[in-house]
Amino acid sequence: MEKLIFEKSRPGRKGYTLPKLDVPEIKNGMEIPEKFLRQIDLPLPEVSENEISRHFVRLSQLNYSIEQGLYPLGSCTMKYNPKINEVTASLDGFANLHPWTPAEHQQGALKLMYELGEELKAVTGLQGVSLQPAAGSHGEFTGILTFRAYHLDRGDVKRTKILIPDSAHGTNPASAAIAGFEIVNIKSNEFGRVDIEDLAKHCGEDVAGFMLTNPNTVGIFEKEILEIGKLIHGCGGLMYMDGANLNALLGIVRPADMTFDCVHINLHKTFSTPHGGGGPGAGPICVSEKLIPFLPRPQITKEGNKYKMNMDLPKSIGKVHTYFGNFGILVRAYTYIRMHGAEGVRAISENAIINANYLLAKLKGEFKVPYDERCMHEFVISGDYQKELGVSTKDMAKRLLDYGFHAPTIYFPAIVHESMLIEPTETEAVENLDSMADAFLAIAKEVRENPAIVLGAPSTTPITRVDDALAARNLNISYFGKR
Amino acid sequence: MAFVPNTDNEQKEMLTAIGVSSFEELITNIPEEIRLKTPLDMYNRLSELEVLQLLEKYSKDNITSSSHICFMGGGAYDHFIPSVIGMITSRSEFKTAYTPYQAEVSQGTLQAMYEFQSMICALTGMDVSNASLYDGGTALAEACLMANAHNRNIEFLIAGTINPYNYEVIKTMCVGRKFTFKTFISDDGTCDLEALKNAINEKTSAVIVQHPNFYGNLEEVEEIEKITHSTKALLIASSCPFSLGLLKTPGEYNADIVVGEGQPLGIPLSNGGPYLGIFATKNEFVRKLPGRLSGVTQDSEGRRCYVLTLQTREQQIKREKATSNICTNQGLYMLTATVYLETMGKQGIQEVAEQSNKKAIYLASEICKIPGFSLMNNKPFFREFLVNTSVEPSRIVSEGYKLGFLPGIDTSTIDGYNKGLLVAVTEKRTKEEMDEFVNFLKSVK
Repeated sequence: MEKLIFEKSRPGRKGYTLPKLDVPEIKNGMEIPEKFLRQIDLPLPEVSENEISRHFVRLSQLNYSIEQGLYPLGSCTMKYNPKINEVTASLDGFANLHPWTPAEHQQGALKLMYELGEELKAVTGLQGVSLQPAAGSHGEFTGILTFRAYHLDRGDVKRTKILIPDSAHGTNPASAAIAGFEIVNIKSNEFGRVDIEDLAKHCGEDVAGFMLTNPNTVGIFEKEILEIGKLIHGCGGLMYMDGANLNALLGIVRPADMTFDCVHINLHKTFSTPHGGGGPGAGPICVSEKLIPFLPRPQITKEGNKYKMNMDLPKSIGKVHTYFGNFGILVRAYTYIRMHGAEGVRAISENAIINANYLLAKLKGEFKVPYDERCMHEFVISGDYQKELGVSTKDMAKRLLDYGFHAPTIYFPAIVHESMLIEPTETEAVENLDSMADAFLAIAKEVRENPAIVLGAPSTTPITRVDDALAARNLNISYFGKR
Repeated sequence: MAFVPNTDNEQKEMLTAIGVSSFEELITNIPEEIRLKTPLDMYNRLSELEVLQLLEKYSKDNITSSSHICFMGGGAYDHFIPSVIGMITSRSEFKTAYTPYQAEVSQGTLQAMYEFQSMICALTGMDVSNASLYDGGTALAEACLMANAHNRNIEFLIAGTINPYNYEVIKTMCVGRKFTFKTFISDDGTCDLEALKNAINEKTSAVIVQHPNFYGNLEEVEEIEKITHSTKALLIASSCPFSLGLLKTPGEYNADIVVGEGQPLGIPLSNGGPYLGIFATKNEFVRKLPGRLSGVTQDSEGRRCYVLTLQTREQQIKREKATSNICTNQGLYMLTATVYLETMGKQGIQEVAEQSNKKAIYLASEICKIPGFSLMNNKPFFREFLVNTSVEPSRIVSEGYKLGFLPGIDTSTIDGYNKGLLVAVTEKRTKEEMDEFVNFLKSVK
């Protein structure tokens, strides 16, 4: 294992150079008085640049990444991230652009953001857009705030509840709760879909909206979507789509046609910006006509050939990000979208769906498939058969690491026992899917014939199985704190 | 298609293996009436060369800190970024990994998180730090939410002038919880201590102070701390991490929560994002922290390693009862700041902060010699200051762009803020550039 940088530190070592201070020392009373100055030691490391480079190269080699192999994390859309995206985002005019630059001096950036907004509107079929949310859950929160503002603007103050299926991502209830709503869980039925009767029971004049992921978190399209929309709109509520799974729908069906009023788009999933070990992402929202007045400000508008930042939006919920959101991510997503066009984005979704169904077909025999029908871009299998033999889904996920793959999403959604949520994405070639299927099948065989090897997995990774409980029990989250 | 490897023939074979004869058979769950019958109305597809040419064109339509000499700050600063940072953060092992849920194949990210958390503690003088939020503004909103989760109060008092955009973000993000915000600002932009003292009461959830404040001035943080802790309210310090090589740490003046904008720690200006939200606090609040945490543990062979910990605070487990809704955060920019802090190290972080301060003092002194120009107040500042100008600030800004400067921020464009030119100086500015800037200011009519 790699030492901590603090353990490599030697007094006096330096990894930087700075120009010699070229201004005269001034004593005119502008100096910072002593009482404002730092008194305590600053225990940052002291290391050479060579040591910094080696430290991080070694650390990087302990990571698994998309460029090492298939990364089938369901709901995360770990597709290949084209290199051109990185080149365009680091062009001088974008990377060195100051956020306080007046609109007239950042026309290129505003044009890019405006056009990205237009493309997202085309994909979703909706009429308004805000690029400010910095990630998916930030988009959810922003969207739900527009719902809140819409109802209150109409004097409709009774709408205190947001309905959410029990299969939803945890971010949905968390986002709606911070927006001030009470959360009502809606049951899933035996097909993994929204239980329409349960939904109908909860529809009333206290409902502000319904948050739904479609395709849902078990990878199945909610085929009663139009009935669901009627129920929610019928009681005066609004429809929110968690767009985490939009990679299944490009050019096939639009959120607007499914009667959604708002959808967030995870640019770091569908539009291939890198996940960065946990971000940054971007979670723009698109909204229907009636929600436009409530979108965050500024709105980027086009007047003739000029682009403007419109702050004069009296009904706007306000800013949700200090500046324009994760602009560098917007540049990457715009680049990716322009390399696809309408035909290209449809091909993304078609191939994502084909790849998922192909892999599902190969795994069906050995693993329990809780919802046996055609999946969209991802699917869920259960480790129940293997659990009966004493091997858990977690054990199998760890064993998959030994085979050189990342694990799928496990134990989510919670409505499926011992669940594994698998999303191969469209950027995987068929032979990679075959290799992954072979690994799964080999593991299933090991569970029957030599379970110890699975229970002891992983064994070929940089470290063996970690003790999660120890970390929480004996909390050490800073080198300078408790040790 | 550009990034879809399987050929048409392979796709057909796969459909056969699935047991269907066409793609359409896979999507029969989608009601026929809503399936798109025509292609989306989108721009034409471009090749890599064409898209590069197009974006180069867009990029040239922006004026930047490399084409012009930058004196603009307001929360985003033109500091030097050592080359080693870009080389490390562009490694695909970091860039194309997901959140480190599978610790056995994510030790690189997890150890970087642990080192980051440790260094943020070192910089701020606090006990614990998370591994990033979106940006300084959203971090401040999370601080308000955490203070409320601690004491259930909804009144927030703002001591002095904070970044106007941060202010708008916290008002927006806390609207569902019905928080109220009141500001206490004297004429010179710093905190009106008397008014704050009179207003604080047992219903106050927290006092917020930005230090240095939006005008660059230092606030009387120790006085503000005494006032705050005369009640059960928490003290939230919004603090530029870059300044802490030089300035007294929030830990030293007993802040309860520290937030900040991490952009100055090696992150490109990039029109305001992606940036880095910093969030640190005291041990006693660790279970109320928003965001990811990496903690030390052991593997089955007893080796030290790292894992995401205290996940029971988070949305994927606690759902509506989570401390925050955050999931994807700013991982790669957490790494950027980590490499920056380790490269600059103990000496560099202090030296670069001192240089920025000394250069700012030089420029401020020179500007004060221009007839009709003065500083808005004589309070100490770190690297930014508000200038009263003899000509309209808007005029200086528009002329500056023509003559090769990003001449600062015209604060008269911000509702409710003092009128002036907000000028920032980093270690990158040379004496020669500052002298040229002073000559330019003299020349504006």
